[in-house]
Amino acid sequence: MTARYAAMFHRLRQRGEGAFGAFVMLGDPDLETSARILDLLVDADADMIEVGIPFSDPVADGPTIQAAAERALSQGVTPSQCFTVLAAFRRRHPEVPVGILTYANIVSAPGRDAFYRAAAEAGVDSVLVADVPEMEAAPFVASAIGSGIAPVLIAAPNTPRRALARIARMGRGYTYCVARSGVTGAERAMELDHGALLGALAELGAPPAVLGFGISTPDHVRDALGAGAAGVISGSAIVKLVESGDLPAVSAFVGEMKAATRA
Amino acid sequence: MRLDGRFGAFGGAYVPEILMPALEQLEVAFLDAQEDEAFAAELGALLATYAGRPTPLTLCRNLGTDKARIYLKREDLLHGGAHKTNQVLGQALLARRMGKTRLIAETGAGQHGVATALAGALFGLETRIYMGAHDVERQKLNVFRMELMGAEVVPVESGQRGLKDAINEALRDWTASFADTHYLLGTVAGPHPFPLMVREYQRVIGREARAQILAAEGRLPDVAIAAVGGGSNAIGLFADFVDDEGVRLVGVEAAGKGLDGGEHGATLLRGRPGILHGSETYVLQDEHGQISESWSVSAGLDYPAVGPEHAFLKDSGRADYVGVTDREALDAFALLARSEGIICAFESAHALAHALKVADQVTEETIFVVNLSGRGDKDMEQAQRLLGALA
Ligand SMILES: Cc1ncc(COP(=O)(O)O)c(C=O)c1O
Repeated sequence: MTARYAAMFHRLRQRGEGAFGAFVMLGDPDLETSARILDLLVDADADMIEVGIPFSDPVADGPTIQAAAERALSQGVTPSQCFTVLAAFRRRHPEVPVGILTYANIVSAPGRDAFYRAAAEAGVDSVLVADVPEMEAAPFVASAIGSGIAPVLIAAPNTPRRALARIARMGRGYTYCVARSGVTGAERAMELDHGALLGALAELGAPPAVLGFGISTPDHVRDALGAGAAGVISGSAIVKLVESGDLPAVSAFVGEMKAATRA
Repeated sequence: MRLDGRFGAFGGAYVPEILMPALEQLEVAFLDAQEDEAFAAELGALLATYAGRPTPLTLCRNLGTDKARIYLKREDLLHGGAHKTNQVLGQALLARRMGKTRLIAETGAGQHGVATALAGALFGLETRIYMGAHDVERQKLNVFRMELMGAEVVPVESGQRGLKDAINEALRDWTASFADTHYLLGTVAGPHPFPLMVREYQRVIGREARAQILAAEGRLPDVAIAAVGGGSNAIGLFADFVDDEGVRLVGVEAAGKGLDGGEHGATLLRGRPGILHGSETYVLQDEHGQISESWSVSAGLDYPAVGPEHAFLKDSGRADYVGVTDREALDAFALLARSEGIICAFESAHALAHALKVADQVTEETIFVVNLSGRGDKDMEQAQRLLGALA
């Protein structure tokens, strides 16, 4: 469940690089294009792939990712279709770590165990549930680990130390650190002081910290890695390019962002 | 958190991690205020001298039968026009206690927005109300009321453009603004501590009603009935009767155009457990977990989830939940106006419609307490159109 992440972080550490994670919404603009985009992200050197399974009420997302989820849902995209796309991706790319980002009701609708089992069967490595904080995480974590899925938890700069300690203990794969308050979106850049958060997570022995929310320029990447993050995830900036339909621009963007992890 | 925010298996706090400190701050402020006599005195004084409590318990003169006596708890007479003001005043005092300078809220029918706007004016807090664009269209008068009191009303265009989407938008605002902003949620839904806190501030409805019925009849009622949107006026009525085993508690959901179609807001009757807006509760959803569109002629009952304590009361069997259609509610609305000279909110008309149905069938003396949660001013335009069409 954490082998692909561990191998990736190990390889990157030896090269002195940070991890670049690329996020896209599955089914945006449609499932076939999504599958092509996933290949294109890997070809452009993304180290890890994060995919959204669309939910009708994504409260942690800003307008860009909300719109992507709406486009996917208007195509009638279902979680099981998403798993089919991911299983095919896994056959083409045996080594690339893949994580799902979604919401609690999508995970609980089929039953938590059934959801995590389906993810594991599709070759998924991790699942992050945006509206499950540490306080509610225990049953999700147990169910994920029971199915061989790494539960990724979120840590924020305002998360109290005792909660960080539990996040460090329960999380697997990596720790998703939010770089600022608010919802996802490339409109507002990182702003919170994440230096202290990254330090605390390291001290507590948490899985490697990956910074997300508002990561949209090579400078953001360098800042995050400079502050001690093991990697970054860029979402809204990529989703915006997907929305414009300019797939070569997606490749170019990912290439530029990945280059900044090698600085 | 000091408490787990659970009602049996339901409730909890399912929000992005970044909001947890804001919820903890609120929980602490609320629990501390519950122990603070000065807080209780200030809230009590506001309720009495500003909002107009206690509200009367009115025995219907013309509705009911010689066996069935129907009492109306007159939250329609509360300042602001609905029960919403009770808990808004409590939360506004908490916002001040926490040093917040800005209020945000969602609204469906506009009643909670109006209540929040009046509190914003009273306490000098900047106020922004999120309201589904569809509700903005059908509750225009309330939009104007909010603006008159200095609130900014933001129409929400996402999703189905209703109450659900307004809550999404308010939650999104709060994840960026919690440092100086209190999210004044309008019902007993949402993450802990909202369901508990809003219940405690609405409990005054049932506390008064219980004392008033004892004074009027010398005994407890047989049935207490309230409409259920998010569930706050119903919980407010039920809370002080829950331990009175002989009192039947009935929540009335919006059956909309019929329970068997897809156009209703009957979450407890037709939904299944899920997680929405921070709470584990019954939710109208499809097999994949996507939230379904709800429907009701009354914007305040047009919501695909419900407060978690109602989910618990349903599963434990302590309360019963039934549906009333748009048509039945409109008939009750018109009948109340004609028979008692009271124009109630469409939401409240759902509760009354059920009481009238049951009253027709009782064979033994039965006392009903119906929560008349709000007045009908906001619904005049719609009523004119709908009743005109029926006539
Ligand atoms: C008059 C009135 N009654 C009932 C409701 C439904 O809300 P709740 O179920 O929280 O009482 C509303 C909501 O807007 C309302 O305005």
